[in-house]
Amino acid sequence: MNKFTTAICAGVLATMPLAAFAADSSDPIVIPVHNWSSQIVMSNVVGQIFESIGNNVEYVTTDSQAVYESIRLGDVTLEMEVWEGAFGASFRTALEKGGLHDAGDHDAVTREDWWYPMWTKDACPGLPSWEALNDCAAVFATAESGDKGRYLDGPVDWLKHGQERVAALDMDFVVVNAGSAAALWAEIGAAEADKRPVVVFNWTPNFAEAVWPGEFVEFPAWEDGCDKDPAVGPNPDALYDCGNPANGYLKKAAWDGMKDKWPAAYDVLTKISFTNPQIAEMAKLVDIDEMEPEEAAAAWLEANPDVWQGWTGS
Amino acid sequence: MADLTSEIDVSANAGQGPSRKMVALVFVILAVVLTALQYMSLLPAALFRLPESMVPPFAIWLDAIFNFVKDDLGLLKLTRWLTEGLQWLLDATGNLLYGKRRWPNLGPIPWTSIAAVAGVIGYYLGGWRMAALAAGTFTWTALIGQWKIAMETMSVLVVAAPLAFVIGITLGIIAWRRPWVDRALKPILSVLQTLPFFTYLLPAVIFFKVGPTAGAVATTIYAIPPMILMTTLGLQKVSPEVVEAGNMSGCTKWQLLRHVYLPSARTEILVGVNQVIMLCLAMVVLTAFIGMPGLGAKLLAMMGSFKLGRSFEIGVTIVLLAVTLDRMSKAWVVKQPQHFEKGTPWWKRHMTLVLAVVLFFFFVLVAKVIPEAQTLGRTQNFSQGKELDNLIKGFLNIEAVKATTYFLRAFLNVQVLIPFRNFLLSIPTPALILLITAFALYLGGRRQGILAAVFFSFVALSGWWDRSVITLYSVISAVSLAAIIGLPLAIVAARTDRWSQRMLLVCDTAQTFPSFVYLIPAIMLFGITDIAVIFSILIFAMVPLVRYTIEGLRTVPLEMTEAADMAGATRMQKLFSVQLPLALPVMAVGFNQAIMFAFFMVIIAAFIGTQDLGQELQRTLAGTDMGKNFVLGICVALMALTFDMTLMKWAEDRKRTLGLG
Repeated sequence: MNKFTTAICAGVLATMPLAAFAADSSDPIVIPVHNWSSQIVMSNVVGQIFESIGNNVEYVTTDSQAVYESIRLGDVTLEMEVWEGAFGASFRTALEKGGLHDAGDHDAVTREDWWYPMWTKDACPGLPSWEALNDCAAVFATAESGDKGRYLDGPVDWLKHGQERVAALDMDFVVVNAGSAAALWAEIGAAEADKRPVVVFNWTPNFAEAVWPGEFVEFPAWEDGCDKDPAVGPNPDALYDCGNPANGYLKKAAWDGMKDKWPAAYDVLTKISFTNPQIAEMAKLVDIDEMEPEEAAAAWLEANPDVWQGWTGS
Repeated sequence: MADLTSEIDVSANAGQGPSRKMVALVFVILAVVLTALQYMSLLPAALFRLPESMVPPFAIWLDAIFNFVKDDLGLLKLTRWLTEGLQWLLDATGNLLYGKRRWPNLGPIPWTSIAAVAGVIGYYLGGWRMAALAAGTFTWTALIGQWKIAMETMSVLVVAAPLAFVIGITLGIIAWRRPWVDRALKPILSVLQTLPFFTYLLPAVIFFKVGPTAGAVATTIYAIPPMILMTTLGLQKVSPEVVEAGNMSGCTKWQLLRHVYLPSARTEILVGVNQVIMLCLAMVVLTAFIGMPGLGAKLLAMMGSFKLGRSFEIGVTIVLLAVTLDRMSKAWVVKQPQHFEKGTPWWKRHMTLVLAVVLFFFFVLVAKVIPEAQTLGRTQNFSQGKELDNLIKGFLNIEAVKATTYFLRAFLNVQVLIPFRNFLLSIPTPALILLITAFALYLGGRRQGILAAVFFSFVALSGWWDRSVITLYSVISAVSLAAIIGLPLAIVAARTDRWSQRMLLVCDTAQTFPSFVYLIPAIMLFGITDIAVIFSILIFAMVPLVRYTIEGLRTVPLEMTEAADMAGATRMQKLFSVQLPLALPVMAVGFNQAIMFAFFMVIIAAFIGTQDLGQELQRTLAGTDMGKNFVLGICVALMALTFDMTLMKWAEDRKRTLGLG
């Protein structure tokens, strides 16, 4: 930490003329943090980068859906992880209302779909094909599901259409909705002990890949219109008869006022772009190495100066 | 001996006449007929469930009202202005406790200083044991590496609790002086106390900005009702002789209040303070959902990354903090003000204060020299997260545990719970309303019956009937199971002093342990099923059942049990014919609390995955659907209120007939 403090000081001194020239407001930039590790570390990384160019930063914990409303009102300044699948809808709604805008994409791509931990393959060797999954549906049966397999979908409000897909592809599965991400992990964690096969909703980049190696189920590839036009996809009469897009965007969002209030920081924000391995690395520092988010962010910045120093122009 | 109960039964109903029972019976028969018709598919669909088209759009109306009040009447401007002030206060406490870079820029106070001061206050209030508990709690927090997050929580608590106290006591005094205020406040307070906390959160965010300010406001509002009630209660109980004495010595109105009424009502007011502190602590953890940093937020993050051990440790910290604050404030209730002889030097009269200040600055100086006394970093603490993780996972993997949970899933869930849920859902709406009305009428009285009918009709009108029924189903199942497990436990424990004490300690711990820590083990044991939901509610609902049963059994008048012994009753006869009937009114209060707790917990259990009101409420938190959020909250509150008033009325009637007060 000490070393890093020195680094910050050096950074501040080095960029003093620049900061003075750009005249960013001395009010703190409010960065939201949510309840998953990669986002928390990434927010801290960005916060510390801003601090290194002389800005004041403050973190607030917020709900990951409600945050867009807060950005719109200027209560929160930016958002580092806008997932196409999970938050696309909230983001677009807020975008239409005005007050925030798209601040560019990360290099990272996101994917959300049916997923299984590696040990499941022992019980159902034909994976990852969805037909193979369907053939061994009985392996995934629980006390409540009868002979059908049980697929654990994300919370209902994530709108993942598991039910519709099972119907469209005529699969022998019962869909159960978890109430939260934590519930999904608990279910995988419980299955891990005796290597019970499970198929659950999951996404990448995510800390879970580091804890439980696994794969996505390969459904018929996503085609545009699969969710709107029944004719698209293998089943001509149904919607949602293909997998989710395998390369969704990961965006940054910013409050409209940020550009004028903190021009230098805004300039940095638009340049920032992380890749999937970088995000996984950040999550690992917290989830596996048990660091606190601030420490993890400092460690990451120290280990990867060539990545971020280009963005600050130093 | 057996006749005692039946005689009481007769006398209990003699006053009201047989008509009440008859009406209730007619209602039940009507409900059965309606259900039978439905099963024979003879019932028109409109009588089974209210058609969509007839559901009034309450949510839209409420939204319109909110928006009008918020924007057109300028309430938002006012609250945002208040937010500034609150923010300033929170910044100041934040700076002192965890070193937020704001005015007065003095902090953070070293953990050793805070622990020492807590120890001194503990000693002043309750001797060495309390001192050890208080200082120990803070030391544990620092050693386990949670100092900063605990202080983030405390920084809000030290603002919210006094605020709730001041508002509560002021409203309490006004309600006591002006009976019409009291009458107006009572129903509002009842609703506030049964409203699910998710309903407090959303308006707080909209009016007071996401983050600590909204958290502080929601916490304050949540904690006010008991303060008002206890203040009014205490002031009403002040004996006329004392007031007379005050009047005779020529007190002004203000002096009378300040020097006569308030000191006389001291005990009740301090009980109110205790309640305020406990509710604040419970709520401050839950406000993590609206961006309150601190213990709750960390807990959510830990659960989100599946770290059982460390979330458990945070749970322990919260319990320790709660128990410490609870015991200290209770000791304050009991402690009588000290009086000194005239001429005692100032420092002797304020020994504790002097000691606290001296120790405080001593440790501030120590911290300047030894950095460990200032803050403990992540690397220096003694967290056992990983080891606990393995311990918990190891336990869940024992064959016997797995076999039991599998049996419970296959039997209790598939054979009992799911059919019961489907049965409740298959009852036509009017029939269920009739059944509940009959229940309230039979146990409570006419007033309770009418209100039950009105309340549940509103729930039906709200358009959330099925979800409400599922909520009700979870509550009923959990409380029934809690009674089956908890009552025998309590009865056995109540036989000796020592076991009663131990059981009550377990109750305290279970009650203050943050409820969402239970959720993960529940899922790991039972998967994402109804039984996991009911299991997590059950733990919480069992607490008041056990507590009040023990209390009820142990306060049975000694003459009664002696009489039973002399009459040669066996232990079982004594229990069933004397002790239980006499303890029943107190047990009913416990039962009522269990139902209230269950309604509280069922909303949190939405995190496991339910199809009830909690799930919808949780969903509204992510948006700005204030109208919908409020309608859902009111549905929960109305159902809870129906049980609350019915059971409380019954317990009161019963007490009167038994001559217990």
